[in-house]
Amino acid sequence: MKLTLKIWRQENATAEGKMVDYPVDGIDGDMSFLEMLDILNEQLVEKGEDTVEFDHDCREGICGSCSLQINGEPHGPDKLIATCQLHMRSFKDGDTIYIEPFRAKAFPVIKDLIVDRTAFDRIQQAWGYVSVNTSGNTVDANTIPIEKEKADESFNAATCIGCGACVAACKNASAMLFTSAKVSQYALLPQGRVEATERVQAMVRQMDEEGFGNCSNTGACEIECPKGISLENIARMNREYLAASVKG
Amino acid sequence: MSVLDSKIPKGPLAEKWTNHKNNINLVNPANKRNIDVIVIGTGLAGGAAAATLAELGYNVKTFCYQDSPRRAHSIAAQGGINASKNYQGDGDSDYRLFYDTVKGGDYRSREGNVYRLAEVSGNIIDQCVAQGVPFAREYGGYLDNRSFGGVLVSRTFYAKGQTGQQLLLGAYSAMNRQINRGKIKPYNRHEMMDLVLVDGKARGIIARDMITGEIERHSAHAVVLASGGYGNVFFLSTNAMGSNVTAAWRAHRKGAYFANPCYTQIHPTCIPVSGDHQSKLTLMSESLRNDGRIWVPKKEEDAKAIREGKKKPTELSEEDRDYYLERRYPAFGNLVPRDVASRAAKERCDAGYGVNKTGQAVYLDFASAIERYGKEKAFTAGHKNPTKEEITKLGKEVVASKYGNLFDMYIKIVDQNPYETPMMIYPAVHYTMGGLWVDYNLETTIPGCYATGEANFSDHGANRLGASALMQGLADGYFVLPYTIGDYLSKDIRTGAIPTDSPEFEETEKAVKERIDKMMNADGTKSVDSYHKELGLIMWNKCGMARNAEGLKEAIEEIAALREDFWKNVKIPGSATAKNAELEKAGRVADFLELGELFAKDALHREESCGGHFREEYQTKEGEALRDDENFKYVAAWEYKGKPADAVLHKEDLVFENIELKTRSYK
Repeated sequence: MKLTLKIWRQENATAEGKMVDYPVDGIDGDMSFLEMLDILNEQLVEKGEDTVEFDHDCREGICGSCSLQINGEPHGPDKLIATCQLHMRSFKDGDTIYIEPFRAKAFPVIKDLIVDRTAFDRIQQAWGYVSVNTSGNTVDANTIPIEKEKADESFNAATCIGCGACVAACKNASAMLFTSAKVSQYALLPQGRVEATERVQAMVRQMDEEGFGNCSNTGACEIECPKGISLENIARMNREYLAASVKG
Repeated sequence: MSVLDSKIPKGPLAEKWTNHKNNINLVNPANKRNIDVIVIGTGLAGGAAAATLAELGYNVKTFCYQDSPRRAHSIAAQGGINASKNYQGDGDSDYRLFYDTVKGGDYRSREGNVYRLAEVSGNIIDQCVAQGVPFAREYGGYLDNRSFGGVLVSRTFYAKGQTGQQLLLGAYSAMNRQINRGKIKPYNRHEMMDLVLVDGKARGIIARDMITGEIERHSAHAVVLASGGYGNVFFLSTNAMGSNVTAAWRAHRKGAYFANPCYTQIHPTCIPVSGDHQSKLTLMSESLRNDGRIWVPKKEEDAKAIREGKKKPTELSEEDRDYYLERRYPAFGNLVPRDVASRAAKERCDAGYGVNKTGQAVYLDFASAIERYGKEKAFTAGHKNPTKEEITKLGKEVVASKYGNLFDMYIKIVDQNPYETPMMIYPAVHYTMGGLWVDYNLETTIPGCYATGEANFSDHGANRLGASALMQGLADGYFVLPYTIGDYLSKDIRTGAIPTDSPEFEETEKAVKERIDKMMNADGTKSVDSYHKELGLIMWNKCGMARNAEGLKEAIEEIAALREDFWKNVKIPGSATAKNAELEKAGRVADFLELGELFAKDALHREESCGGHFREEYQTKEGEALRDDENFKYVAAWEYKGKPADAVLHKEDLVFENIELKTRSYK
């Protein structure tokens, strides 16, 4: 198929960006979206032009590197996948596709379609862990039995890939879904309960400092999340935060 | 040729590690504060090492090319992690895990290292659970296990099909704790360009800030390379797009021997190649072989009809299917080790029984698992006479709960539903057992330069068993390196900070800049990817699942010629002093173009078949690998001498005191 791509080009963090048109031809439905961009870049190299820069690595939906806003939606039109899992069979001949970086104050553009998501790292550095030493003097794993349901729920929260689609989808650029998934993973496990109060306070404080917006419960984040992280996590984080505030 | 000293401690196998730990030097906490360590790579091996070293008190700098340590490719490991916990009471033990690993590696690994790995494996699970890693559990609340290839017990711990993700996030959380304490300084979006040696010791690196293009100097008392494997030398592999050999190869050029480069794991269950546009291949976890049955049509005409789209696999009756693994290997069936399963698939496809349009695929079928689970589920729910529909519905639910995310990935890529029709799979490059040569302390032949995880060669011999990579990465990172590196660093307590204005840093930085300039100024006409693809084809066709002397000799010449052409005709647009993905790729491909040749040279010199290294000239009448223990029971460690063709071979003889060498049999 033949397509027209309208792609955000921006030389660096301080330069002004703009949308640029690129026609591409010979695109096959079995190609992934990023393979389609590979073809465009191959053409740009031949012409000696700067290639379109975008984050990507595993190309199987697990590393969370890829981050495109495609026709206004994070990770494009299909649900429950990252951009790297989107295939061109979701588009048709003659389509015009708008490709932009994730937009949020807390995610400044680095170049073209690449944004800086280190704010997520800092939220996790704030207390996204259990304070246990890693040198091997812990109790036998089976001395901590955990209800299967709880363990599964914790796992579901822990499958977040940290891509930032939730922020990009939110009209307030809120990071509540991301932060609450981390808080929930630990809040649901006995190992995480010990520091639950300090954790939720520290992580929420950092989230606010990074300049993410507030949550107004539209639920857009849940719809766009490639891993289907549930809004229940936000509710759980709010409960945890309230309980922590009461405790002081 | 010298004889390499593996420094395996003396004494009985089961006491080596404990004795060693008792006898090595320690660094007191106050002195650790004055010692710096650089860790390259933040996957399981690097992330775990960084966290533990920082926790012990060392000052750690981590480097990764991704935007966050959490995205290292360990994250994509699916099926699980082995540990000899014997929670299932099915006869597992440290010895059995050790034995399975050495046998699985076709007797080309080191006994001492492998036993230590088995010994610390249980502790990894304890550690991860304490960190809050949400492993799969049974209804009673205890940890669940499953089976992987090449073993007869259930010792694999897992978190659905995302075990690597959960373990890496665990290691990353341990890193975060230390970053928050100021003990780890993470340098993300940074690539190591070269190793700096001062007085023959590894004392730092030259790195490139991938956003600004700035070339930076970083010094330390020791450098740990946890930079993963080199499967991307094949262009198409299950590795991430950025996975590369550069850190290891730069160390090799500075004096670290490279061991067994030809030992590559071609994983049997990957989604088949669909066309020329493809940029990477996707693994379907080995855990699927717990329940999926592998087959091809028994009759050639059926295979042909399927390839042409005139028949569907579901139309073939049981009698018309050849469950070739169950037929050839009744004892292990679908759970034979990866190398055996891959070769068997290739054999059937080469003989004309392959499916998919290309003829390069076999089926992985879940119909009987769906039926078996459905019946069991209906029965336990009190339906003693369930209908077929009920069974299928319940069975699909069980299969979805076990492998749902893998099935979803398959549907997205292939556009077919594996709940209804068998999956199509074919072998693909997945893991490299070869890597930097290290001794028992995980130290390379450069003093102060260590290699952990997939970057080293030590534990998996010529073939790695499933769910053992995660085990090795975490064992090296959490439990082995932090001890052994202390012995080395104990001599550095009075050294003080290593200056970065020495002539050694100066010269190395200059060489890095010149290399970048040379690439940028080649001003040719061909893209980096076009070279990478060409290299990949040579590797796959001549150094892939089956190799022979003639093909390998051709590969050596072709790769050398391609390399020469690369430096003359590569085209890299953009600037070296800004974000430039083409330049990043070019540096990596340039190193692959050297490694590829050494790989072929190593494969040519090893005139035997073992594990993932299959030489067509050396096989049994039944087509099984034919080892030559008399002449090749050694580790081949190559010393860099300017060109891959001139690399000098050093041998480490493998001593088997506890295991009798046998022909591997899974029949």
